[in-house]
Amino acid sequence: MNDISIRQLEFIKQKTKYRRSVTRYRIAIFFAFIIIWQLTASFGIIDSFIFSSPIKIFACFYSMLKDGTILHHIFITLTETFLSFFLVIVIGILISVILWSNEKLSKILEPYLVVLNSLPKSALAPLLIVWLGANMRTIIVAGISVAIFGTIINLYTGFKEVNLDKIKLIYTLGGNKTNVLLKVVLPSSIPIIISTMKVNIGLSLVGVVIGEFLAARKGLGYLIIYGSQVFKLDWVIMSIVILCIIAMLLYKAINLLEKMYLKHI
Amino acid sequence: MKPLLELESVSYAYHSLSGETPALNNISFDVKEGEFIAIVGPSGCGKSTLLSLIAGLISPELGDIKINGTNVSNARASIGYMLQRDHLFEWRSIYKNVILGLEIQKKLTQEYLDSVNEMLINYGLEAFKDKRPSELSGGMRQRAALIRTLALKPSILLLDEPFSALDYQTRLTVSDDIGCIIKKEKKTAILVTHDLSEAISLGDKVIVLSKRPATIKSIFPIEFALENKTPLACRNAPEFKDYFNAIWKELNDYE
Repeated sequence: MNDISIRQLEFIKQKTKYRRSVTRYRIAIFFAFIIIWQLTASFGIIDSFIFSSPIKIFACFYSMLKDGTILHHIFITLTETFLSFFLVIVIGILISVILWSNEKLSKILEPYLVVLNSLPKSALAPLLIVWLGANMRTIIVAGISVAIFGTIINLYTGFKEVNLDKIKLIYTLGGNKTNVLLKVVLPSSIPIIISTMKVNIGLSLVGVVIGEFLAARKGLGYLIIYGSQVFKLDWVIMSIVILCIIAMLLYKAINLLEKMYLKHI
Repeated sequence: MKPLLELESVSYAYHSLSGETPALNNISFDVKEGEFIAIVGPSGCGKSTLLSLIAGLISPELGDIKINGTNVSNARASIGYMLQRDHLFEWRSIYKNVILGLEIQKKLTQEYLDSVNEMLINYGLEAFKDKRPSELSGGMRQRAALIRTLALKPSILLLDEPFSALDYQTRLTVSDDIGCIIKKEKKTAILVTHDLSEAISLGDKVIVLSKRPATIKSIFPIEFALENKTPLACRNAPEFKDYFNAIWKELNDYE
């Protein structure tokens, strides 16, 4: 193309170079970490019984993959995470809408929400087991409890920040409060809902793993606790690595959703 | 002829814990069908409050506002209100924005949609129907906002400084443009502005308000000896300067 100037090409080249170099460093750090970990373990600088090693983790993963147990654990944790994530979104939006539509109620409940939000939710987990039993329900509730209060506070604040003139516009067109909610407040809050989702998918995973620590026979959280009790630290570290990968993939998935939304608009 | 809109000694005040702020005091005037009224006054004098009252968004503390003899709170649908900014929703296409009012009032009938399509064609937005608001110029957005208001076929149009967000150049063309559209659609309109030339070039009558709490200081009937009375032509007419000076003097004459 002739209409791109040389300076513009130069600029693009520089930007691409910069981006590539960032990616290169990221990959380099990852491999350096893996290699140093493996070498120090192989040469006995660190105790591979406690610290495991990439090869041991991979071997462990492979053997558990063959008998299918690891897939089952991952499946359980993912199911619980997704269930609590969706419930958080649905319940969060519902309660925020109720608070938005009832100013007085939101004023009354404000201090309670703040207290519940700052409460460390892991403190609730033992109580949940007593109340709900050691089953999947407890774990999902634990996942919800970690994310729900922050979600409500964020969404409600977002709803309140909608431009007042946009709301006035709906009234000038003869609309009522329901129209304001459906035509302005919810559509303009979609970016906030997506950014809340980004935070929540991680928080749900945290809550689910806390739940599994205490009240499960399956799932990655269970594998971590059980592995540490029987000194199978390969299991523990492998589960942590898998959790890292899951967290990254879930975050990427929400990012993709956001990109799709931005493209659609 | 009975006036379309009547205001009878309307008063309104804003309340907060720190005190009461009177905004409007004993305002009375009539608007006849097809008339274009411009209201000017110092900034913060309660001009927008007046429009909100006429639109029935808030109720007067004292006095009555009647359209065709009935109180506005019962006749809200027959009033169109154009705000300072166009407030077109970015998540809707231009067409979807324009039919927002019809959607809300469940009037998506062929008759209403046909008149919307006709306006889109007449006012040069047909090709932009499926575009997003951000792809349009300020003037085109304002035109889309006007069509959104006119889509509901209001009998009175309220304009709350609808050009104040535009730069001066665009503002001249858009106010000319919008003024001509309103004349063409034979709408009764009330324009609130702090721009004197805008008021004189668009209005059949200019009402001057005092500073807060606003009362009516005087009413100037505006007449131009022009055949083709477009707002831009009015600005160039010889009478324009005289009206401007008279209203300017009135506005600045605070005891």
